[in-house]
Amino acid sequence: MSVEAYFTRHAQTLLGSLGRLVSTPFASAMTITVIGIALSLPLYLNVFLQNARIATENWNQAFDLSVYIDKKASATRTSLIAQQFRARSDVASVRVILAAAALAEFRSSSGFGAALDALRDNPLPDTLIVTPTLSASTPEGGAALKSALAQVPDVETVALDTDWVKRLYSLLDILRRVVLITAGLLGLGVALVVGNTIRLDILNRRMEIEVMKLVGATDAFARRPFLYSGVWYGLGGGLMALGLVEVGVLALSNSVTRLATLYGSSFHLAGVNFGTGLAVLMGSVFLSWLGSWTAATHHIKAIEPS
Amino acid sequence: MIRFDQVHKRYANGREALAGVTLNIASGEMVFLTGHSGAGKSSILKLIALIERPTRGQVWVDTQNTATIRPRGIPEFRSRLGVVFQDHKLIVDRSVAENVALPLIIAGLSQREIDKRVRAALDQVGLLDKDKLRPLELSTGEQQRIGIARAVVAKPKLLIADEPTGNLDPELALEIIQLFKRFNDVGVTVVIASHDVHLIDHLNARRIVLGEGRVTGEAPPHAAQAAAQAASHASLHTASSAAGRPPAGTPR
Repeated sequence: MSVEAYFTRHAQTLLGSLGRLVSTPFASAMTITVIGIALSLPLYLNVFLQNARIATENWNQAFDLSVYIDKKASATRTSLIAQQFRARSDVASVRVILAAAALAEFRSSSGFGAALDALRDNPLPDTLIVTPTLSASTPEGGAALKSALAQVPDVETVALDTDWVKRLYSLLDILRRVVLITAGLLGLGVALVVGNTIRLDILNRRMEIEVMKLVGATDAFARRPFLYSGVWYGLGGGLMALGLVEVGVLALSNSVTRLATLYGSSFHLAGVNFGTGLAVLMGSVFLSWLGSWTAATHHIKAIEPS
Repeated sequence: MIRFDQVHKRYANGREALAGVTLNIASGEMVFLTGHSGAGKSSILKLIALIERPTRGQVWVDTQNTATIRPRGIPEFRSRLGVVFQDHKLIVDRSVAENVALPLIIAGLSQREIDKRVRAALDQVGLLDKDKLRPLELSTGEQQRIGIARAVVAKPKLLIADEPTGNLDPELALEIIQLFKRFNDVGVTVVIASHDVHLIDHLNARRIVLGEGRVTGEAPPHAAQAAAQAASHASLHTASSAAGRPPAGTPR
């Protein structure tokens, strides 16, 4: 077979398969919609995750330092230290929480009132909440500030409050895994849906496949148009999934922007980027091809002329 | 071209279709397989086309022992064979030209070569002007001629046909048989299963008579008439003695 004839034949089969799908628009649309919906679910989750990442990107830097003052130091000493800190060029603001005020708040909010009365001394220290300036709000700047503050006399310990950011990020990481698992399961579903559609298609065209085999067609030859059908289903389903997600993003976009404005943020909801879109299309085509390949190989082998 | 050596065929349902058939068909011959329905005509053709495999015995086609052909090799084997069916087996949602082109598409010929050969094949069966139509827009006789065009388009050395005239009136049937004869005249070996004795009488061709899975009679060319009588009167009684012996006077 010449190379030219080979490609011509493949191109004809490709278009022939498309023509066949178009000739049964309702059934084809159903299959493509099922694929589209199945793929749009993990894609929606992914969009949510991407946006959560973008929205929290700066949060890592917006940290405070908690400075715990030695309990033996007086309240006057505490406010002196606070003034000293405020004078630093890398500190934006300092908030003082005196031990007595902290205990009073703890007593009213924790419900341990009676138990706290049993304590002879206030167990809480005076605390200074130190917010660094924006330029000092880097991991290195934060660490430098922390060690500088710890040098000051009567400072017991300095804690960097980034734990909650770490927790947020590990939560997002779990969500990312959920997206992957969901995508894997629904991807398998897509392959099975396409496989089943192709199976029905093959059974409907049983006679034609028999004739082909009688005049010398190999299984691979008889399978080819069904593989191309699978590719078209995948392409259609992938495009539909992207369309569904884009429509969803557009519908949510205004509300999210309004919410962000209320928080003084200029955050905008981002849709699916080009790379992800391309990956979704390729993945969808691959899964559909895989589903049709499995079904076609199995069922065409079973059809023998009699 | 074809040799059957003590071939038995028992189907999964227990029916014994062939009970020790031995026959030889030389290259370039035109042979009719006759006999009542159920005599084993179709089974012989199915064994030749590798649609079925013998339960016992050996089938040789074109000097090749078919037992040595693995499932993987069947498509290539069939592509060297032309097969015509009683029910035509045309693909109804494709045009006449596309149906005829199918073996060539499978063989991977260029579109230009395919167009050329399809036109030649349609011309040979006299339906060159119907190439754009769908099979169901044609008469039964025309559909059968399309089936023949498809069978010969790849220029096989061997053409087999199962009751190709079964659904046709005598006049059309004769036309179809004469069409086969024309291919035989240019060197194609032709094997036709048919119960239509009167039709075969018109032709100067060898006849192999089957009964209950055995070869019960042979009629060489020029003696068709006598053989037809012999077969119809004596076939059942001579069945056991004729079976198992290579037919006399047939070249191998």
